Amino acid sequence: MNIALFFVVLILSFALFPVPKVLKHTTALIVLAAGVAISSVWSIEALSGLSSELRLEGMIPLTGKPVIFAVDGLSAFFILVVNLTLLIGLLYAKGYLKQYYGSKNSLSFSLHYFSYLWLYFSMILVLIARDGLSFLIVWEIMALSSFMLVIFDAEEKSIMKTGISYLIQMHVGMFFLMFAFLISANETGSMSFDSLGVFFSGHSNILLFILFFIGFGIKAGFIPLHSWLPRANPAAPSHVSGVMSGVMIKMGIYGILRVLLYVRHDLLQIGILILIVSLVSGLLGVMMAIVQHDMKKLLAYHSIENIGIIGIGTGLGVIGLATGNNTLSLLGFSGGLLHVLNHSLFKSLLFFSAGSVYTATHTRDIEKLGGLMKKMPYTSLLFLAGSLAICGLPPFNGFISEYLIYLGMFRDLPSSGLHQSILVLGSIVVLALIGGLAVFCFTKAFGIAFLGEPRSQHAVSASEVERGMIMPQFISLALIILIGLASPLFVRPVFDIVGTGFGIEGMRRIAETSLPGLASISLIAGVFIVLVVALALYRKIHLRSVKLSTGPTWGCGYTATGPKQQYTSTSFAYNYNHVAKPVIGTKKMMPEIEEDELFPEGRSFSSRVDDVFQKVIVEKPAGLLSELLKKIAVMQTGKVQHYILYAFVFILFVLLLTWLNII
Amino acid sequence: MAALIMILVSAMFFPGIILRTKSIASGRRGPGILQPLRDAGVLLRKGSVFSTTTGLIFQIAPVISLATVLCAILVIPFGKQEALIHFEGDFVFFAYILSLGRFFMIIAALDTGSSFEGMGASREAFFAMLIEPAFFILMATFAMFTGYVSFTDIFSNFFITSNHYVLIFSIIGFYIFIQIALVENSRLPVDDPKTHLELTMIHEVMILDYSGFDKALIHITTWLKFAVYGSLIYNVVVPAGWNIYLQIALFLAVQALFAIIVGFLESFRARNKMNKNPKFILTVSAIAILAFAVILILNLNL
Repeated sequence: MNIALFFVVLILSFALFPVPKVLKHTTALIVLAAGVAISSVWSIEALSGLSSELRLEGMIPLTGKPVIFAVDGLSAFFILVVNLTLLIGLLYAKGYLKQYYGSKNSLSFSLHYFSYLWLYFSMILVLIARDGLSFLIVWEIMALSSFMLVIFDAEEKSIMKTGISYLIQMHVGMFFLMFAFLISANETGSMSFDSLGVFFSGHSNILLFILFFIGFGIKAGFIPLHSWLPRANPAAPSHVSGVMSGVMIKMGIYGILRVLLYVRHDLLQIGILILIVSLVSGLLGVMMAIVQHDMKKLLAYHSIENIGIIGIGTGLGVIGLATGNNTLSLLGFSGGLLHVLNHSLFKSLLFFSAGSVYTATHTRDIEKLGGLMKKMPYTSLLFLAGSLAICGLPPFNGFISEYLIYLGMFRDLPSSGLHQSILVLGSIVVLALIGGLAVFCFTKAFGIAFLGEPRSQHAVSASEVERGMIMPQFISLALIILIGLASPLFVRPVFDIVGTGFGIEGMRRIAETSLPGLASISLIAGVFIVLVVALALYRKIHLRSVKLSTGPTWGCGYTATGPKQQYTSTSFAYNYNHVAKPVIGTKKMMPEIEEDELFPEGRSFSSRVDDVFQKVIVEKPAGLLSELLKKIAVMQTGKVQHYILYAFVFILFVLLLTWLNII
Repeated sequence: MAALIMILVSAMFFPGIILRTKSIASGRRGPGILQPLRDAGVLLRKGSVFSTTTGLIFQIAPVISLATVLCAILVIPFGKQEALIHFEGDFVFFAYILSLGRFFMIIAALDTGSSFEGMGASREAFFAMLIEPAFFILMATFAMFTGYVSFTDIFSNFFITSNHYVLIFSIIGFYIFIQIALVENSRLPVDDPKTHLELTMIHEVMILDYSGFDKALIHITTWLKFAVYGSLIYNVVVPAGWNIYLQIALFLAVQALFAIIVGFLESFRARNKMNKNPKFILTVSAIAILAFAVILILNLNL
């Protein structure tokens, strides 16, 4: 199918501006659906004929130059992920944006939907662009449109500030990408992905790859390049956070995978680099998530963790390529790639249900919530399912992708050498720890926010959100369960994509030996569900025959307990905080009780967690730079004579240099 | 199938043996071996009191927890008898499905809104997280040692390899599985189920609000969990190739020995200070890493 049709849809998005406010959502939905339909057809075409990629000829509208767009297995997979999440996101947005209906004018709604559509278009184009220039252009559109989405609520000053900082960080990433493309273009004469292959075959690979890795890593949110993620996501409206965290950061993963397809040498070093950065991201991401009280910030840190898991799979895959271990390679890459899909599903689901909580309670602070399970049963169940899935627990989808990565590692162990087995063991330990920490984090998030008694008026007055916001989330939930229960259906195509993409030998054989395990998981998951249902039914029938009564929660003899005495999110994490302090550096603020203070006055306690990386990598250098620039600003006197003097000195300087034959 | 039956049978006597050991060690006559079973029977028939704060999660958690342990049993082999369902990486599934059960028990504790139970929940989540690596490192060691990656294959080949150092792994496996079982089931020295003060409990304080049928389910789940780890211990100490009747006898003997060890530990050991627990639990992982180092040296002839 020709790309022209897609460009027509692209232009249709301008129709958003003239239509009346009430119709904007429908218009956006129609345009998005058209885009989704077209790009899904491409992907399905590409996936059905994996051996050759689908070429789409196109013209750049302004210059009239022909450009090549292409859809191969990798693009097709990501396109489907993008389509799914953005469609669900927009369906959800209708209800979520209602709270802004009174306060925002028609133009801001137009701009919002317009940016949303363009975020979608730009992501699709990023996935199919094959030459460097158009790739960078659409990459930039992606940054700009997401920036517009983040600052939707820009009346709040902090949000604007966060937005600007997001925009700057995206452009730092952009700069690295541009630099990397230019290096390759300088050598090969053309700025396209294919010419990267030419460059890589003749030069050292690791340096250029590092440039790409930083550029894409900022988008993906690898630690220490992540600091925009936990700030931009809470600032954005929830459907936007879901989309950004669910799929937009995956564009970074896509970029890394795309570049990896062309890398020829230094695979081992590159693999180890990706693996170690990912291990750190995964572990620190979840460690910092645990101490957050802002629900969306907590979820944002979990995105970093999940990007880490995806990276662990990818890194192991590259190491497998380097050492010729096809099993590790196939299972690593496939686990990573499947986790891209899985994460997009449960992370968007979690952000959407967190958005529902925000809509109902107007707070994101977990410490102020509680008891929502009774008031918002559907939202609670959705959040619970998302939590179980993100912890990688069976029978949900997160387990499947983590299982693939584990399987690759364990299978690799008996045959690997000293260094590799230590690396693999390290990854196993970290992955196991991530799993445990994620359980810790989500039992906290779910338990504190949704269970127990309401901790504030916000939670007391909450009620379930409208059906339009809940229904779209059930689509995500259905897919989460489907992937968990019928994993072979989804893993087989992923194996094909990875196997053909990276040219892994013996792919069929490895796939055939891995799929029975997944079938067994489906079987045992089925047994589990039957067991739960049977036991629950038996329990229900049995409880009819005995005497049941209700009463207050056991208070150890103390009957005047109130909701304030419940365990809070801070106290839940207390033990953990004690151990993890050296790494995450929680700060507590409470005036000490003096020895001679016989009757202690009222005291306030607060604790705060600073992102160490944010401080060291962003704030400190930026602070130094602005200090320096302030000193230079002395020159800016505002007097015309001085400026003329500067120009004169400059001309003299240039003359001097020419005279000395330097320039 | 054999494993399932054997585990179910041995689980019935497990708590009784612990109880007997403790009474004998402390010089009391004590109740009979079947007393915990009778107690559970009473609980099953009793009525329940539910806190008004609790909801669906509180009610469903014991059921889910029991179901997860039953599913975990399905992947465990018994001697030469294969597990009912076995596949590569089934021990990953084993660890994660148990984690699912724990997840529900933890949020069920938070569902009551009690600060005691919140405290227990927090500790349980924290300690369970810390013990997780030990299991995975041990399984990685076994995978390297035998070259297989499922419970059934690992255990049926454990003693077959011509490796003369199998005893090392047998002993380390024995030790680590016991430690994991103690932490997972919240027993001494990590937690004391018989302590009288809520502030010092972990598991018991989490289930303070349970009564009747649900409480019985929780007890049964704990026994099953013990028996599950007991059967893992059995698999690393008894060669799979031996005669089946001898195996059955030995299986029961190992389970009984395990229960006696737990009983003795609880009779003669004090509980750790709560803030010492992380160190204690991480030591188990450190020992597992040691085992891994040994296998590396052996495999690579360093």
